[in-house]
Amino acid sequence: MTLQIERRLQQPRWLSVAVPIGSIAFAFLVMAAVLGVTGHDPLHVYRDLFDSAFIAEGALTQTFVAATPLLFTGLAAAAAFRMQVWNIGAEGQLYCGAIGAAGVALQLGPDASSPLVIFAMVICGAAAGAVWGLIPGVLKTFARTNEIITSLMLNYVAGYILTWLIFDSASYWRDLSSIQARSFPQAKPMTENAFWPTLDLGSGTSSVVIPLGFLIAIGIAVLLHVLYKHTKFGFEVQVIGDSTRAARYAGMRTRRKILAVFAISGGIAGIGGASQVGDFSHTLDADPNGLQKSYYGYTGIVVAALGRYNPFAVCLVGFLIGGLQNAGFTLQGADFPSGLVGVMQGIILFCALGGELLIRYRVRWSSDAPVAAEEVQPASVEGVP
Amino acid sequence: MSVASTVNDTLLVSVLHQALIYGTPLLFAALGELLAERSGVLNLGVEGMMLVGAVMAFWVDQRVHASTEVVLVLAVGMAALSGAILSLIHAFLVVTMRANQIVSGLALSIFAGALGLSSYLGNDLSLTDVPGNHQFQDINVFGLADVPVVGPVIFNQSALVYASWALTVVLVIYLTRTRWGLNVRAVGEAPDAADAMGINVARYRYVHVLLGGALAGVGGACFTLAIVGNWSAGVTGGAGWIAIALVIFAFWRPELCVVGAYLFGGLSALPFALQGHGYNVTPEFWSALPYVATIAVLVLVSSGWGRKRLGAPAALGVPYVREER
Repeated sequence: MTLQIERRLQQPRWLSVAVPIGSIAFAFLVMAAVLGVTGHDPLHVYRDLFDSAFIAEGALTQTFVAATPLLFTGLAAAAAFRMQVWNIGAEGQLYCGAIGAAGVALQLGPDASSPLVIFAMVICGAAAGAVWGLIPGVLKTFARTNEIITSLMLNYVAGYILTWLIFDSASYWRDLSSIQARSFPQAKPMTENAFWPTLDLGSGTSSVVIPLGFLIAIGIAVLLHVLYKHTKFGFEVQVIGDSTRAARYAGMRTRRKILAVFAISGGIAGIGGASQVGDFSHTLDADPNGLQKSYYGYTGIVVAALGRYNPFAVCLVGFLIGGLQNAGFTLQGADFPSGLVGVMQGIILFCALGGELLIRYRVRWSSDAPVAAEEVQPASVEGVP
Repeated sequence: MSVASTVNDTLLVSVLHQALIYGTPLLFAALGELLAERSGVLNLGVEGMMLVGAVMAFWVDQRVHASTEVVLVLAVGMAALSGAILSLIHAFLVVTMRANQIVSGLALSIFAGALGLSSYLGNDLSLTDVPGNHQFQDINVFGLADVPVVGPVIFNQSALVYASWALTVVLVIYLTRTRWGLNVRAVGEAPDAADAMGINVARYRYVHVLLGGALAGVGGACFTLAIVGNWSAGVTGGAGWIAIALVIFAFWRPELCVVGAYLFGGLSALPFALQGHGYNVTPEFWSALPYVATIAVLVLVSSGWGRKRLGAPAALGVPYVREER
């Protein structure tokens, strides 16, 4: 009797729903054990967690705030990973988007009409993110450089540029209007016309405020779905992802397509940066302990992987992880040590990654020699090409 | 004041001395990552493993009451053990479960990193904002610490620095002169051929990912036991990512890791030293330089001539599935 792992000929649809849910349930069990061992009552922690993420007064509003950047970075990662492009630079592309959006908002000044400013912020954020995303893209397509490492390294470069703009230079973004501002570096504040509006639902204690960025992210998810599922471009990129050689033989222009994927991915992360400026901070947050310690880009990869790179699932998972982060932030204290959120995210993702095997492969006990399974469709997630 | 001490007070000597101190955690972590990558497994969880190694080493430092030598050895051992345990998760997911190495490694960094397990442990074991009991001290080797230039730089460092040199020599011999070492390289370059030769690919990958985790843990311990001397969340400050960069920068060769580690270590020490000597510097520029240099090197090795001579292990990042070879 040996344990056999065979590739599935067909991946049953129900499994791709059941496995993630099962993984999350299993992760919560593991987490309960960790909590129990370290002397916390897991049921108590989970109830508090759920309550401060979704139930308590104002909790849902805060969850939307926490989820918005994760939707963008999650979609950015999903857009690239689905096409076997390993852009893990959403972090840096988000910073660049924030820089671009803040720059254009300051440029347009207090007199421009609000819709124009907001539109310009989205466009410039996307453009800045796309440009930053195109660096690893160009290096990959023209110098065959592995994009994983270059996009990762560029995150740090972008972070240092962001800090430098406000803390160590007299840049356009920095507020130099008063003596105080010159000695305590800070970014120029935005004027009201650059504040993004919100969608307010309900009233009184049950009101929920949804930021514009969240709605834009949902819109992007729809566009991504259409682009990848219902256009020639999407089909071609999918073929290139599966086999670059086959795509080239079929006459597809592989370089352009891969560059486009980098630009799309970076652009989405860039709009995430614009949303940070327009929706929440209303200034360029360059503090090394601020935006740069939020790790939205890396968490976005978790979100994308949990959502199995499906745009709509990414939005759902982003919302749930946002809830987890929001609750972790609210609850932080003796009963809920800091760091628990990261641990939970990690465990959930480990379980989901393990569960992926069950979707792609069949595990069974058998007594006979292994039968080579015929490969019908390439797996959606494979290692580095 | 003697001539020697005047020379040894100069900017150059102090930067060189600091370069070795800051470079040592990078060297340990990079040598570990190099072992994993040479066996074909990319582990992006270095930062997380370093942080957990750092916090667990400091825990031993705080809780164990014995002579300094015993405590420090136990602390480093604990750091290695915790790093190895964490890397076991990665090894299981990518070798046995054939999961995506990038996502799994990043998950490990998130799980164990500054917002995860390391910070949880640091808080739960109440290790934040307490001074360390024991620390690695600089050793005056052969009494040569006062010799101009080489004295402070080479003969007056902590045991960790000398251990990292010994480790580098061992790894060079291991990878080029021993059967196991050659097998590791075969597993990383052509796992199907290695398998056909009767090498157990999965076992080699497990062992080297675990060794890599252990060394990352030791690298983290350098911070809490020597450089910083206490624990705070995120104490490694991104050294794990620089270590990943360093492996590429060193063309996957241990001996070049030493050069790269001290270069990158020097770059992180230089802005402070320059400021201390009254120069006006842009710290962000120097901090970003290792990352930019790594990108430049990566471009160099990925095209044309460099790819064959200096490039990454051919099977890096690719899961090995015997039935599908």
